[in-house]
Amino acid sequence: MQKMIQKYFALFALPTLIAFTLAFIVPFIMGIYLSFTEFVTVNDAKWVGFGNYIKAFADKDFLNALWFTARFSIVSVVLINVFAFMLALALTKKIKGTNIFRTTFFMPNLIGGIVLGYIWQLIFNGILYKYEVTLMNDAAYGFWGLVILMNWQLIGYMMIIYIAGIQNVPKEQLEAAKIDGATNGVILRKIILPLVMPSITICLFLTISNSFKLFDQNLSLTAGGPSKQTAMLALDIYNTFYGKSGFEGVGQAKAVMFFLMVAIIVIVQLAITRRKEIEN
Amino acid sequence: MKKFNRVLSMLLVMSLVFIAACSNNGGTNAPKGTDAPKTTNDATGGDVVKSDETIYYLNFKPEIAEVYKKIADDYEKETGVKVKVETAAAGTYETMLKSEIAKSEAPTIFQINGPVGYEAWKDYTLDLKDTKLYSYLSDQSLAVTEGEGVYGIPYVVEGYGIIYNNAIMEKYFALGTKATAISSMEEVNNFDTLKSVVEDMQANADALGIKGVFSSTSLSPGEQWRWQTHLANIPLFYEFKDIQGFDNATSAGLSAAEIQFSYGNNFKNIFDLYINNSTVKPTLLGSKSVNDSMAEFALGQSAMVQNGNWAWNQINEVSGNTVKAEDIKYLPIYTGIAGEEKQGLAVGTENYFAINSKVSESKQQASIAFLEWLFTSETGKAYVTNDLGFIAPFNTFADNEKPADPLAKEILAWMEKDTTSVAWTFAAFPSEDFKNSFGDALLQYAQGNETWDKVSSVVVDSWKSEKTK
Amino acid sequence: MDDTQKKRPFLFLFLLVLAIAFITPILIVLMNSFKGKFFISDAPFVFPNSDTFVGLENYTSGIQKIDFFSAFGMSLFITIGSVTLIVFFTSMTGWYLTRVKTKWASALFFMFVFSMIVPFQMVMFTMSKTANVLGLGDPVGILVIYLGFGAGLSVFLFSGFVKSIPLEIEEAVMIDGGGPPQMFFKVIFPILKPIAITVAILNVMWIWNDYLLPVLIIDSKYRTIPIAIQYLKGGFGSIDMGAMMAMLVLAIIPIVIFYLFCQKYIIEGVVAGAVKG
Repeated sequence: MQKMIQKYFALFALPTLIAFTLAFIVPFIMGIYLSFTEFVTVNDAKWVGFGNYIKAFADKDFLNALWFTARFSIVSVVLINVFAFMLALALTKKIKGTNIFRTTFFMPNLIGGIVLGYIWQLIFNGILYKYEVTLMNDAAYGFWGLVILMNWQLIGYMMIIYIAGIQNVPKEQLEAAKIDGATNGVILRKIILPLVMPSITICLFLTISNSFKLFDQNLSLTAGGPSKQTAMLALDIYNTFYGKSGFEGVGQAKAVMFFLMVAIIVIVQLAITRRKEIEN
Repeated sequence: MKKFNRVLSMLLVMSLVFIAACSNNGGTNAPKGTDAPKTTNDATGGDVVKSDETIYYLNFKPEIAEVYKKIADDYEKETGVKVKVETAAAGTYETMLKSEIAKSEAPTIFQINGPVGYEAWKDYTLDLKDTKLYSYLSDQSLAVTEGEGVYGIPYVVEGYGIIYNNAIMEKYFALGTKATAISSMEEVNNFDTLKSVVEDMQANADALGIKGVFSSTSLSPGEQWRWQTHLANIPLFYEFKDIQGFDNATSAGLSAAEIQFSYGNNFKNIFDLYINNSTVKPTLLGSKSVNDSMAEFALGQSAMVQNGNWAWNQINEVSGNTVKAEDIKYLPIYTGIAGEEKQGLAVGTENYFAINSKVSESKQQASIAFLEWLFTSETGKAYVTNDLGFIAPFNTFADNEKPADPLAKEILAWMEKDTTSVAWTFAAFPSEDFKNSFGDALLQYAQGNETWDKVSSVVVDSWKSEKTK
Repeated sequence: MDDTQKKRPFLFLFLLVLAIAFITPILIVLMNSFKGKFFISDAPFVFPNSDTFVGLENYTSGIQKIDFFSAFGMSLFITIGSVTLIVFFTSMTGWYLTRVKTKWASALFFMFVFSMIVPFQMVMFTMSKTANVLGLGDPVGILVIYLGFGAGLSVFLFSGFVKSIPLEIEEAVMIDGGGPPQMFFKVIFPILKPIAITVAILNVMWIWNDYLLPVLIIDSKYRTIPIAIQYLKGGFGSIDMGAMMAMLVLAIIPIVIFYLFCQKYIIEGVVAGAVKG
């Protein structure tokens, strides 16, 4: 039967493959190649070896963006997952209005990043106005602003996934534990947590990659200000590409490193959490 | 599931209607497109260039984006040629041009900001030496040239300085509690007198019914150009003028690999005056926009604001506007430089049209025809003078075809006075990145996060590093 | 733990406060959209009063400035068009790659999975060049780009689901004499419906809100909603806060409507997408 299906490659796989080649494979390979060249348009690329990578690391905006992104990702990943998990626990306790709460908490997730950024810019500047400062006053405001924004956006999403995980915990097991006199804390640690490990894996994956790759929200909330101190990696790469002429190669080199970082972090995270799942 | 299907089918229908509407458009365009080569072939040569090419103009001046839409509509009605006008957000023209020029429908008309811009875009600029547009220039030396070729044609002369509301000034001069001996704006002809007047006015703000003398110094991202470009021009103009062996300050600036920012303290003088005698505290400037600033002036909350004659609409259109047209005057930007009593407004241009040399011949011709129409036809000229408010540097404009708004009138009047205008040397600034770093540093300084020395070193270092690229 | 609803007043109150806090930002934007443009950024928490209330002025000026309805149409067209293509083609590909167990098929499948972790910045410049060379910079061309760039996750999700369909069903159909195309469309695709909804929902959420890809790929005369909103920021010399507030509200409304109608599917889709991922 496999042979029969195989004959229909042109129908089943070719259209997707063509689009995939145009939108991903070709740009990806070209991207790696161009990161070793100096170019303005693709046709006039000159080979420069690792020159662009060296320049990228000499760029303090890039290093700053890297550091900012790392700190931001750690803080928001932890906060989002902790809050989302707590909300999920609360919403599986069968209290009144669970559905409405769930609906409400999830909603911000559907709003686009550009729109979210402007909503929160208004709110933060409004609050800070009372203290006679603005978001542009200190990079710390932009940092925490982005953290709050991301929490607002992603808590609902992660909560949904955690709820699904918690609902899968067999009731018998919980009841048996209660009868044995286990405290809530013990139940949480010994029964619930191990069983929702797959949800944790996926939530970590989603929050890490969303935080690390953040662009739209960054652009609309602070646009990197003050003095590019709140520009994250994606925004810095964009600025290098399109903001400075003659730096396209450096931008591409930064993009390749960005890709490697995302890939390594994601793979390591998946490996660790998957191993935990198996252990349990 | 049923509900979902219903919603989905509704959405599908909606999008089908939309596609239908789109393809309809395409349908009417397509036959025209196929005709195009024919018309150019058997063109009997003559009156209007008969082209069905779409012109795409990437506009630099956001404050008049809406006027261009009207012009484009009128042009299409008159000639049948479609003009698409897109506008880049302030401070992002280079970014947008770069991503747009790579697209299949690239801009056919764009602008360069002078010799530096030409350097960056020389692969894309068409030689305009043989165009009528070039021949109309009142002073052909203003164009951006290289060798025999003409690659950028200036289309507007502009001026900026400190705009003030004379009604408030008169009120101040009549004030009983006034602590200065100055009693008319004629006497304010250098930084010291300006400073004493401004500080005394700020002390009497309540009596004058204003929130502050100067409108807020807008420093939020994308709203900083009045300081990192226009105000920065004053000290750098003097610095370049001091360099010997050049025809003018701009060419000295263009060849300066490094700068000292030797008149940096003069910049600090006026900048401090702006931020410390203002409608808002310096720490709040990071959220202020140019619009806010012009609105404060229009509503009579401030007495002075630094801006150019292009800002007239931003004053005029504010509802509840209290400032009268005849009270709007200009003062040069005094910074405490020796001999500044003879200094005039800053007059010049950074706006040069360029035609994209990479688009089809017929698109190039259509684009040139559009620009010629704009600056020679009655309709076009009326737009230029009345709506765009341009002082156009072309001999096709009669003396009575000059903009009549108070700011433009003041600029023209100052040009007649016995003063020397400050030339626009920021065409020599190395890049938008230089200006943006400067602006960011100014914001940090205004908020008290950085010292003035830091600003100076940012200016000097950034100039150097951007020049070596 | 019994199944009756429990009264936990503190928890309930806490959730209530939190829920209100979640909606407040949107309500504040809504409130400010009725205020004059100079009364917004300094006092966003103050209700409109007779001095500051401007009715629908911000809406009319904003709609006119950025041509909101054509941006809405553009977003709708691109989203629905791309999602339709994605569901149609990647369901076939997902099934094909799961059933055909050759080296090439698994290599290709690996490439799809690999593409899921590549950030957009890695390919943004070269992708826009490729699209430009091939003339894909219009609303139809971008559909192909979305199909290609969105294929990874979608193929992965379909493939995961196909693995759970017993082969016997397909074998039975084959014996009855149908070829693979008939079999797929008549038998398999209906079975794939739940995961197709998931794929559709996840892609709608991505494409409707996407900003950078369309900005770089598509000719600038076509604007989607996020592009139009960003344009409002600086495209007119200086930001008009009033129009901005009004357009934010208009940008949120379609999403809220979509959400309220399809809530169940969205939430199920998110969960299903996550579990399979």
